[in-house]
Amino acid sequence: MIIDALDIVTAICLALGCFLGISGGVGIYRLPDFYTRMHATSVTDSACAFLILFGLMLQSGFSLVTVKLGFILLFMVLSSPTAAHALAKTAVQFGIEPLLGREDKR
Amino acid sequence: MEVFIDIALLTLLCITAMAVVHIRKLFCAIMLLGIFSLLSASMFVNMDAVDVAFTEAAVGTGISTILLLLGMSLTNTREKRPHYQPLFSLVVVSITGAVLVYGTMDLPAYGDPNASIHHHVAQRYIKQSPLEVGPPNMVTSVLASYRGYDTLGETAVILTAGMALVALLGMRRRKVLPMSSSSGCGDYHDMKDHLVLRIMAKIFIPLILLFALYVQFHGDYGPGGGFQAGVIFASGIILYALIFGLEAAMKVVGYPVLRVLAACGLLLYGGVGVACMALGGNFLDYNALAHDPLHGQHLGIFLIELGVGVTVFAIMVIMFYAFASRRGHTA
Repeated sequence: MIIDALDIVTAICLALGCFLGISGGVGIYRLPDFYTRMHATSVTDSACAFLILFGLMLQSGFSLVTVKLGFILLFMVLSSPTAAHALAKTAVQFGIEPLLGREDKR
Repeated sequence: MEVFIDIALLTLLCITAMAVVHIRKLFCAIMLLGIFSLLSASMFVNMDAVDVAFTEAAVGTGISTILLLLGMSLTNTREKRPHYQPLFSLVVVSITGAVLVYGTMDLPAYGDPNASIHHHVAQRYIKQSPLEVGPPNMVTSVLASYRGYDTLGETAVILTAGMALVALLGMRRRKVLPMSSSSGCGDYHDMKDHLVLRIMAKIFIPLILLFALYVQFHGDYGPGGGFQAGVIFASGIILYALIFGLEAAMKVVGYPVLRVLAACGLLLYGGVGVACMALGGNFLDYNALAHDPLHGQHLGIFLIELGVGVTVFAIMVIMFYAFASRRGHTA
């Protein structure tokens, strides 16, 4: 029963991670300006990678692989928000204006 | 299943290669080249060539992207339109490609056990290397022991390439300008504002260096070795230089130190070979290093991997310094 529950949780995690990855890709393609696109990539970077790695960790059980995946997870959790922050901050410093809604719709 | 992954990866590789050729913005081309390397690394993983994949990921995706970006920052960010018609080049390239594809017809299928490469020395490597050399990672025993001469040559090539780069670009001494302490290696934005980056770099750099040491000394047991470890160690220093400025990094490991280190690595490698001769064996015959042949092999591989790692590290950082210090002068 426990194995089954683990499998189900893994499947949910992986499926959700894949969905978020694809939605991030679609977001980069469809969204209109730099900041919204960056939002799409940071979803892919953090949530998608987190879910997929977590799903894999559940499958690997108590082994060295889990520890290694945990380190990768830690690295991703620390590095991708930093990268997103640096990107956004540089964009602001370069004077890229965020695209705001049209005057009549606001 | 592996076939599907291979097909997907190869398709993506083709698309990326086309995009690199097509695109005129050099920045995008460099990023795409990084993606290309990462895709190749995934393909190597799929082929169970983990050591090669590791090298490709560290060198292709990591260091060469940074070096290309630095090189780009010295020139233009946009490729010039060629003045000639590319039709002739296209014809030549197409014919060459067709000949190469025709050549692959004679190759044995991938993983074919009857292929001639599997009957030459591979059998001995697979069967005898745990008894003759010892390390559980067979790639290390082939690279460092059976093929020690080749690796010595590769290390020498890296050293020569680094020396040639320094000869071409020149390591000029940076004059201490009034602004130079505040700027990073790029003077287009001030890294002092990036508080988050500075703090995260302080967390990451020790981890990167530690990981490099792990890769260096764990190469006998898992994927890794001197080449990868040198590159990762260098990337830690390069990260430091990018965030805290070139001067600060040069205070940590200056160019004179690196110059000596680069030579010392190769000297250590060659010295092990000479020591083997002095102790009564052939050149790079590690059996002579200790009373027990396996201990000798272990010691020899440890030392030459260290030599490779030191040389690769020094040359990578020297290349970075050579590009980055030139930036401040031309701008």
